[in-house]
Amino acid sequence: MIEFRGVSKQFDDGTLAVDDFSLVIPSHKTVVLVGSSGCGKTTLLRMINRMVDPTSGSILIDDEDIAGLEPVKLRRRIGYVMQNSGLLPHRKVIDNVATVPLLEGVPKRQAYARAMELLDTVGLDRSLANRYPSQLSGGQQQRVGVARGLAVDPNILLMDEPFGAVDPIVRADLQQELIRLQQELGKTVVFVTHDIDEAFLLGDQVVILQVGAQIAQQGTPTEILANPATEFVADFIGAGRGKRRLSVDASVESEGNDLVLVDSAGHAAGVVDAPGGVIANGDSGPKSRSISNKTDQAGDA
Amino acid sequence: MLFAAALAFIFDPANLLGEKGILPRLMDHLLYTGLSLGAALLVGIPIGLLIGHTGKGKNFVIALTGSFRALPTFGLLLFIILFTGLGLGPLVFVLAILAIPPIIAGAYSGLDSVNRETIDAARAIGMTEWQILGKVEIPLALPLILGGVRSATLQIIATATIAGYVGLTGLGRFLIEGLALHDYTLAFAGAILVAALALVADGILALIQRLVVPHGVSRGMARTTTRSSRRTAPSALTGAPLTEG
Repeated sequence: MIEFRGVSKQFDDGTLAVDDFSLVIPSHKTVVLVGSSGCGKTTLLRMINRMVDPTSGSILIDDEDIAGLEPVKLRRRIGYVMQNSGLLPHRKVIDNVATVPLLEGVPKRQAYARAMELLDTVGLDRSLANRYPSQLSGGQQQRVGVARGLAVDPNILLMDEPFGAVDPIVRADLQQELIRLQQELGKTVVFVTHDIDEAFLLGDQVVILQVGAQIAQQGTPTEILANPATEFVADFIGAGRGKRRLSVDASVESEGNDLVLVDSAGHAAGVVDAPGGVIANGDSGPKSRSISNKTDQAGDA
Repeated sequence: MLFAAALAFIFDPANLLGEKGILPRLMDHLLYTGLSLGAALLVGIPIGLLIGHTGKGKNFVIALTGSFRALPTFGLLLFIILFTGLGLGPLVFVLAILAIPPIIAGAYSGLDSVNRETIDAARAIGMTEWQILGKVEIPLALPLILGGVRSATLQIIATATIAGYVGLTGLGRFLIEGLALHDYTLAFAGAILVAALALVADGILALIQRLVVPHGVSRGMARTTTRSSRRTAPSALTGAPLTEG
């Protein structure tokens, strides 16, 4: 469990990036901090591993105030994945993954064996182990970044817009991979993004932030979609623009068992299963993807 | 012809050894160069790395290197000798002063060229500052650091000719003696020797500089294109984990 207690951060230039922020992040869940650039979400994330120290307030991990912990030790037990992977360009994939265990004094053979397993875990071919990062695609580099983050088997995984710099198809792939990984591993994942669709897809809990890291709303994706707390939230998640309010486009002849859905502006937004022209009544869970908004994802490139 | 005569002087075995021979003077020249470079490295590298790592004191470096470069080395040497008397110490001191600015500049700009994100990531995964410096910044900056050392070396080799003016020897003696005796062949031979030494040293350092380019950087890039074009469908992209065992 990670707990923010009245945390504020004022940078040297006077910017108040985080203003009295409090939040409890439960263990073994994925919590997504989402907001526009400059809302302080990355600052919040970086406070958890003391890359940024708060000006006031405290942050607790499992009821222990991290201000009293040695930053290097703290960071080594927290996985960190960033945009553009942040891999060491002069080290092979395997050495990048094994970096922290080797720093911690794990014998080389053991660290490499574990790194190889992690390549499997993140869906990378073991033959890539001896490549350099520059020889990999962007998506592969991000996978290596995730593998490195998992190398010390941390309880907490911090992810700072990890899929922000890859193309939409690879991103969708990586997102599914992360969902699968999280089902297997059950880490406490804190994920930062500005992409609300990504937030709803990945987050057990989603925290929508405004400037100064003010919480506009927090809850499950379903709760937020069903009841946007403010106009800002409605606008941010696209409900205010009618993007989320979908209806069946009656003018389109249903082909097979699909009906086309349109948003309130009349743009095609997806399809819904409708065997025999009747939309199945939802006994499916909130996360079931019976509405496949393919057009939506492609449009967010 | 002056050039031919100078070459003839250089390649005449009779001029190789002996008190005024090429070899002992070359050795002295190398000694002055080595000592001065060593002293300059001892001072310049830590300062350059400190400034490059912390990003603090950048303006100090620019001011320092600018003003040091404006110092007339020969004038400084004579000035110091007024206080210390002749000897190796003052020569090494002024040559080191000459060499420190390019060394600091090389080390600083080398570290400055390392991608901030890479350093940030190294810190975020739990490297100590020393580990960031030793395992990330220096390896990646090494070509530029050596670039500074290379230009410092050339300046020392060229300027060490002034040793001949202050009671020492080195290849500069040929120049001074030749000018004093109006023996321009001798002076020209001296100039050729200094130039040749500088070229050889530069060549060696250039080679080392190429060898220290980290794998995976720049040379790795070239390989990427050929490899990735051969791999039409990277299995890793599709996300299917390997089933093994």
